[in-house]
Amino acid sequence: MTTAPVKEATHDERAAGCGQDELLEIALGPHHPSTHGVFRMDVVLDGERVVKLKPVFGYLHRNHEKIAESASYLASMPYTDRLDYICSLTNNWAYALAVEKLAGLQVPERAEYIRVITAELTRLVNHTATIGFLTQEMGASGTPLMYAFREREKILDLFESLTGSRMMCNYMRFGGCRVELPAGWLEQTKKVVEEFPRFLDEYEQLLTGNEIFMARAQGVGILKKDLAIDAGVTGPMLRASGVNYDIRKVDKYGIYDRFDFKIPLGEHGDVYDRYMVRMLEMRESLKILHQALRDLPQGPLMDPKAKIRGFRPKPGEAYGRIEAPKGELGFYLISDGSPNPYRYRVRPPSLINLTVLEDMCRGYSIADTIVIFGTVDIVLGEVDR
Amino acid sequence: MLEEIKARLDAAVPGCRSEMILNGSPSGQHSLLLDSAHAVEAATFLRDHAELRFDYCSNVTGVDWLEAQHSPGYLEVVYHLYSMEKKRGPLVLRLRTENRTDKVHLPSLTPVWRSAEFQEREIFDLYGIIFDGHPDLRRILMWDEFEDHPMRKDYVEPDDYEYEPTAHDDILAKAKQHAMGKSQEP
Repeated sequence: MTTAPVKEATHDERAAGCGQDELLEIALGPHHPSTHGVFRMDVVLDGERVVKLKPVFGYLHRNHEKIAESASYLASMPYTDRLDYICSLTNNWAYALAVEKLAGLQVPERAEYIRVITAELTRLVNHTATIGFLTQEMGASGTPLMYAFREREKILDLFESLTGSRMMCNYMRFGGCRVELPAGWLEQTKKVVEEFPRFLDEYEQLLTGNEIFMARAQGVGILKKDLAIDAGVTGPMLRASGVNYDIRKVDKYGIYDRFDFKIPLGEHGDVYDRYMVRMLEMRESLKILHQALRDLPQGPLMDPKAKIRGFRPKPGEAYGRIEAPKGELGFYLISDGSPNPYRYRVRPPSLINLTVLEDMCRGYSIADTIVIFGTVDIVLGEVDR
Repeated sequence: MLEEIKARLDAAVPGCRSEMILNGSPSGQHSLLLDSAHAVEAATFLRDHAELRFDYCSNVTGVDWLEAQHSPGYLEVVYHLYSMEKKRGPLVLRLRTENRTDKVHLPSLTPVWRSAEFQEREIFDLYGIIFDGHPDLRRILMWDEFEDHPMRKDYVEPDDYEYEPTAHDDILAKAKQHAMGKSQEP
């Protein structure tokens, strides 16, 4: 590992207890409770301040892309669940979208609506989990995280009754969705969506104006607009820095042009803005959910032209991307006309958002680094693939 | 749109030989092949031109083309560019190495778009393309002592299992083969 040479202190200096310009290099992780998995940061510290920070990846690497090259297109669909395992439904959608572009498949209207509903529910799941973990990392031990997970569990129950699994949903197919909604699912979802704002109000009352939370979050880990664009940061983190870029609005994939919703933007690009943007985004997701649940039409779930067996797209390539809860999730596929993709690439927002971690953390203390890292919002299954 | 960008690029960067690569799929995402000598200059132009402003490099991919598909085989890097300012894209750029063995150098576009930093490291790690001008070219997903490039199409996985062989037949067969190979060595 290439890091700054650690200056050796002489015996006299040590004895005098003066290590004023002594740098200390430590490995933060991979077994650190706040790294959300097996992530390591090699940090060089000057006292309590971070001088250098190099992320070390690969502890969860299983070469997902290589495995996908030796499997059929459909066989990789359940594997996409394991990328960002908090948000399996948006992973499914991004992959399905790329394959639909590659093969020229159309998605029936009802399936598009169900995709929007499940994706926005996934956004709620992700943001509640992220903010819950963030409070935990600030030292608010237990309570706010449990409040968040209580709400998350209600949505996971919906996923389980729809797809058969809480987290590994494997629900979407090329040209549609796998199964029809079970009886009573819509009513239950409407109930969850209606009750959700009460939780958000309660949570905001707990955090948004909380003096300790503000002291820990405001002005910490600032990410400037220009750097964010240059480093390819996407998702809530980019918007917290004040860049109005949401792929739901830019690409209008699926049927997002039919819904009325706003894009919350931050101003300072600090930890507090990243928290606030996620909070407001959840309220916008609820708006979309209200409209989608109201307008959900009847109809088929699958494109009749879509083939499950013997699916071989014509030679060519396609890049499809969606606004996943963590940022731009893209899939790049090259077909050579065989049943397996010649090249299968995942554009992981979690990995690319970490590019600026060192820039954000330099000069802050270890305790702040943990909080800043928490607002990047990563999942190691997607970082290491 | 791509023809227009190509014409502007050829006019602005003297000596740049760009070539359009057509895509047969319904996605219609055609791409622009750049020659590696002028790639950095061309990328800077695409980023800074007031009307184009491709300020955001989203995705960087490595691809391995064997002799079977293209003769001679080569390694390829694909960049997907978007414009956050103009809300346009994708513009697909490609760079190709001369072969798959010794001439695998390409210019790094990390100085132009920092978002390529980790992705080019990943391509270096998994495909073995050497990016000249990259600020920190190290392995990223595999460990530093690892020698091969696993995403290459002709990659052969090692059979030197450090761990106890599991009871699957193919693993046992490989372990046996490895042990036999060792006994023949001295």
